[in-house]
Amino acid sequence: MIYEGKQKIWSEYQKEIPDDNWYYVRSCIRQNFFPASERMFTEISRNVLGKDIYETPHHTTCGGIAYHCDTIPQETVMTIVARQFALMTEAGYENYCPSCITSFGNYAEILETWREYPELETRIREDLWKACRREFKKPKYLAHTSDLIYHWRNEIAVRAKHRLVNRQTGESLRIVEHIGCHYAKMFPSKGVGGAEYPYVLAGMIESWGGQVVDYPERRHCCGYGFRQYHVKANRSYSLSNTYKKFESMEPFHPDAIVTNCPGCPYFLDRWQYVIAEQTGKTYGENGFGIPVLTYEELAGLVLGYNPWDLGLQLHQVAVEPLLDKMGVEYDPEAKYLGLNRENILRPELPGSIRCF
Amino acid sequence: MKNLFGELCKDYRFKEGFHNCINCGTCTAVCPAAEFYRYDPRRIVDIVQTRDDDKIEDLLKSETIWYCGECMSCVTRCPRGNGPGLVVMALRDLSIRLGFFTESEKGRQMLPLTHIMTGNILKYGYCVHPETFRWEDHKESGPVWKWHTDHLEKSLARQGANYMGDGPGILRKIPQESLDELKAIFDVTGGTERIHIVEQYSEKKASQMGKSLQEYEKAAFEYCSDKHFNR
Repeated sequence: MIYEGKQKIWSEYQKEIPDDNWYYVRSCIRQNFFPASERMFTEISRNVLGKDIYETPHHTTCGGIAYHCDTIPQETVMTIVARQFALMTEAGYENYCPSCITSFGNYAEILETWREYPELETRIREDLWKACRREFKKPKYLAHTSDLIYHWRNEIAVRAKHRLVNRQTGESLRIVEHIGCHYAKMFPSKGVGGAEYPYVLAGMIESWGGQVVDYPERRHCCGYGFRQYHVKANRSYSLSNTYKKFESMEPFHPDAIVTNCPGCPYFLDRWQYVIAEQTGKTYGENGFGIPVLTYEELAGLVLGYNPWDLGLQLHQVAVEPLLDKMGVEYDPEAKYLGLNRENILRPELPGSIRCF
Repeated sequence: MKNLFGELCKDYRFKEGFHNCINCGTCTAVCPAAEFYRYDPRRIVDIVQTRDDDKIEDLLKSETIWYCGECMSCVTRCPRGNGPGLVVMALRDLSIRLGFFTESEKGRQMLPLTHIMTGNILKYGYCVHPETFRWEDHKESGPVWKWHTDHLEKSLARQGANYMGDGPGILRKIPQESLDELKAIFDVTGGTERIHIVEQYSEKKASQMGKSLQEYEKAAFEYCSDKHFNR
């Protein structure tokens, strides 16, 4: 392909990301499973980089998971989202950043549907007024919080205490990037790099010294599948898809996986434990698994935060092999302590995958 | 109701996802569900494309429309701009409204799913919440999660959460007035009616099956027959 043509295509998959003044909404799943990641997002954005990130306690779920479990009608999820936009409007913001990929996809889908069918937007405005007596402006900019960390990746790199480099060998760490399906599969133009070549996480990895692992099933879903996980009878769907990804990435010996979706890090972490319990197979070195991190956890390690302040003790796959490679110092005895070093016991260790 | 195709055409997801399928099978090739289940999204769109209401009714009563994980990988790859995942969402919506969902094992999962999701939203303001995501129902979450939930408040405090606290923050208590607004949205937009529809049809089916509603819901949540899988 002619170089200029390639540049033109690539430019269509870049998005404008304002540097500051964002209205922030949290993720249902991340608050449950990786709560410290959201803490790290506000810590990095506000306290390290000095950005204005506003949150109101009145925001709620966007309803996206319930919608994709088919339990609420489209009109209901749209009106919940309209209320979220009304809260943003009332707070005086126009840049909207959700922490959740399902939410990000939900907002993108709703804004696009309203653009195409204005009569539906009118109806939702009427529904919102009827239900809540609120009005809203649509966000001028919509970005996922991983877009923002991507946007600030070089500012983070400048402040790095650790790089994604093996301290022993000097080689760049091999990092798998896993993009949540609803980031750009539905609306490729809404994501950095589109659906086929998303650069949002790859850009962070490269900026922080790592090398991106390419492997055959790189774009395959983690297997969440909404109802395919939330209903106990369906969970082997989720496990099987994660298994497929690990079998595909295994020959490339990744040092870690980084994700930008709420569910993906949970599934890629926990199903490694289940695969090990069921089959005895582990995908990391020496009986360990491959550590799976959120992008805020990775950024936090790069910036030199205490791994236990980042919440890495809530992973089932041990993160210590990655910490050792990066040269991150940590206190093994403090891993499971509560606030003020309170003893709150320790979890049992799994039988088939090494953990501390 | 017999203008099923006409009903589908009113759904905005159907308008977006159903154009002109050429039956190439790209959607099936990339579909995570198609590899796992006896599932073929190409076939679903092809059936809908016949506009034959009898065939569409069979689809609405079938297992197959419940296999999709709504990852939307098909949307990216369809060479004709279709979205089989969006078509499936419209089919599911219609199946629920007409009560056909109770005719399939996977469709009957709507009862526990509805209770989990809408229960969490209306009671807590979240789709997933620690009070209902119990380790006993999620043993795959591992011993670390058992430890976390056994020491929930202290572990969450260590993570910087504001669990059930006032003001902003992680897992904060959503103010009652905001929960009241969510309830009003459900009432105005058909969310509440949807819950009642799922419960009413499920009660009827449970009675036909000679089960209590509790037995029916437990079986829907836990039971998985062998017939679904690609082997």
